Amino acid sequence: MTKNLQSRAAIIVAVIALSVWAFYPPDKKINLGLDLKGGVHLVLRVQTDDALKLETDTTVERLRDTLTRAGVAFTKLETTSPTEFVVEGIQNDQAFRQTAVDPDAAFNRGSGAGRYTYTMKPNIAQQLRGEAVTQALQTIERRVNELGVAEPIVARQGTVDQILVELPGVSDVQRAKDIIRSTALLELKFVEQGPFPSEDDAKKAYNNALPPDMILVPGSAGASAAAGSPATQYYVVRRASVVSGRDLRNARPTLDENNLPAVSFSLNQEGARKFGTATEQNIGRQLAIILDNRVFSAPVVQSRISDQGRISGSFTQQEAQDLSLTLRSGALPASLTYLEERTVGPSLGADSIKAGVTAGIGGLVLVVMFMLAYYKLSGMNALVSIVVNLLILLGAMAYFGATMTLPGFAGFILTIGMGVDSNVLIFERIKEELLLGKSARAAVNAGFDRVWWTIVDTHVSSLISALLLLQFGTSTIRGFALTLIIGLLANVFTAVFVSRTMFEVAIGRRQTHALSI
Amino acid sequence: MKIFDNPNFNFIKWRWHAIAVSALIVLAGAVMIAVKGMPLGIDFSGGTALVLQFEQAVNEQQVRSALDSIPGDKVVQVIGNANEHQISVRLPQVTTVEQGASLEVGSQQIEQTLQKAGLPKATVVKREIVGPVIGADLQRRGVLATLASILAITVYIAFRFRPSFAIGAIVATLHDVFVTFAFLRFFNYELSLNVVAAILTITGYSVNDTIVIFDRVRENMRGSRRDSLEAQVNHAVNQTLGRTIITAGTAFLSVLALYLFGGEALSGFSFTMLVGIVSGTYSTVFIASAIAIILSQKRAVAVAPPAAAVTAGRNRKPKGAKAS
Repeated sequence: MTKNLQSRAAIIVAVIALSVWAFYPPDKKINLGLDLKGGVHLVLRVQTDDALKLETDTTVERLRDTLTRAGVAFTKLETTSPTEFVVEGIQNDQAFRQTAVDPDAAFNRGSGAGRYTYTMKPNIAQQLRGEAVTQALQTIERRVNELGVAEPIVARQGTVDQILVELPGVSDVQRAKDIIRSTALLELKFVEQGPFPSEDDAKKAYNNALPPDMILVPGSAGASAAAGSPATQYYVVRRASVVSGRDLRNARPTLDENNLPAVSFSLNQEGARKFGTATEQNIGRQLAIILDNRVFSAPVVQSRISDQGRISGSFTQQEAQDLSLTLRSGALPASLTYLEERTVGPSLGADSIKAGVTAGIGGLVLVVMFMLAYYKLSGMNALVSIVVNLLILLGAMAYFGATMTLPGFAGFILTIGMGVDSNVLIFERIKEELLLGKSARAAVNAGFDRVWWTIVDTHVSSLISALLLLQFGTSTIRGFALTLIIGLLANVFTAVFVSRTMFEVAIGRRQTHALSI
Repeated sequence: MKIFDNPNFNFIKWRWHAIAVSALIVLAGAVMIAVKGMPLGIDFSGGTALVLQFEQAVNEQQVRSALDSIPGDKVVQVIGNANEHQISVRLPQVTTVEQGASLEVGSQQIEQTLQKAGLPKATVVKREIVGPVIGADLQRRGVLATLASILAITVYIAFRFRPSFAIGAIVATLHDVFVTFAFLRFFNYELSLNVVAAILTITGYSVNDTIVIFDRVRENMRGSRRDSLEAQVNHAVNQTLGRTIITAGTAFLSVLALYLFGGEALSGFSFTMLVGIVSGTYSTVFIASAIAIILSQKRAVAVAPPAAAVTAGRNRKPKGAKAS
């Protein structure tokens, strides 16, 4: 062997060794996709309108407060859509415009005499939507992490308001879905009146006109009841919360005085200060503990409470645990809806792996048998370059942490079937050159040199479609596209560099016209 | 060993016959799709699909009648090996259901109804629920990706060869896509994500053979031949014929293994690839070169002399090109 050949052989051996080192042992180093491992794939939509409505509602309340304090008269002030509100019955337009400056930052005011329509500025709406999705993403991430799932994926997907969640190996899909989706908005508000047995009764107590700073919240009958039971009681509570989920420091499952599962929470410094002052001033009043707009309990404040509280309800232990988890992870800024769910059981995944491996080996055997029969000893050359191609593919997948999916097996098989095309192209050309009477060495050289650009062109066209596939698909399809891309790139190395080196080693210094091809 | 000894078939002579056969297949597929519609898989149509694993053998009819009370067109099918007792149940998208909370209603209905039906115990091994938003989104992205792929490959070939060759390649690729669709429809395969992935792969793969032939034409032109383009292309097709058939053969063999052993989930993918590989080879030999020649003649561009051919693809009108 010449020096040049020796160093080329060394490069090849090094690449093989590196690849094998990268993926061995494969069951530890190769990531399996959900379709092979089992698990659930969810796509959620963040109802970003919720976040906009919250902003609009808050602005409306602040404006109501401002106008009332400044003595500007109006007959109606209400939210008409998530991004719109109207003020009606303004007597003194000038005073109104001078007083109502607060909404102008985020809203465009429609001109009018006595009646104004406010529409949220598009860039503000855009920003709020973006923030809502980011917050939802972070909240879901925290919840998924607390669920204890190994290697979960939580990411934005597609259009702006979609979130992809992949949970490998989760068996209780319904529980995972409920935990991800629950809003978990905790609010503590003072009760003004109630409980009333029905909505109408509650309204009657205020002559059918609830003061603007109060709201009606349904609650469960009895001191404590499960979230699922029908709401048979109604509380009139202050609109403003004393503290909310944002002020929480921690929440954990506990037992109440009747030894039933409950959730205890503690407040952070800021929350504790607010809560302490409020409870001190309101001893003897009922404080409603509201979760996701439902009164869970309304105990009477006995003394100043600073930073501890408890939510009782007829929880099961599991429910208490899940509620603590969602409270700890924080409330969602907007509600979520599921757009897509794909669940694969672990047994089906194992079957798929078996089918994929069988098909891969079957494809390899068929192709290799053909190559050996048709190209004789040179078929061995092709066999080695296919095997090296597959080893590099496995090594690269392990190194880059790419995920193996069921369609990924198809990528492996196409790497075998399409990768060998390059060998065929070269071999056929060598045959032609031999027919022209060239020596084996000259024919091999001509064969490789002549088809180089053809190989580049064919690989580029295949890469173009594979790259677009990477853009298009779901994660399982991306698994396919990725194996195809890596396989194609590795194929250039094996079909040209590895194969040529082997030919040159085989021919050596002999001046022969014979080549087993 | 050689498949052909110095093949010298006159493929170009048969181009109009080939075009007629292709047109017939594509037309038949188009008519069938227009009349009966293209069956869409759950990825695109939306809806609910469950695979249930029963502890003991049940037949489709038992499951079907158990689910009678659920409205909508249900599709109940035994899948996989008979001794695995797996049955797939599919429910269409309920058009009124938009909200996420109710997305899983269909799946819950099926599970609860089956529990009460007194059939052997069943567990859900696979559940797919796709809402209308996702289905529509995937449809759009699938079409876009396929078109973008064909366009990008065409631009690349136009850049590397001459524009008339690029048009030949694009027509051949579109031909393969349409023929694949026709066969999917003939054999009642659903359009799923995997099938679209296979079609995209075909767009990149079927053009490979075409590139090999075009490369050969260009290389031959560099020699001192003064044959007509028609003869040049025909010669190149013949020169590479053995290679074309062998590469298609190896690709076909490997995908055949996938079709036979790869299981239910990949059968649509491998069928699409099988059709695409055969169609790709056929279209390379008969369609791509024919179109390239027809277009070259129409534009009265004759064989480029060696100097111009080297830089072919720059769309440079060869100076002093000798007409054949």
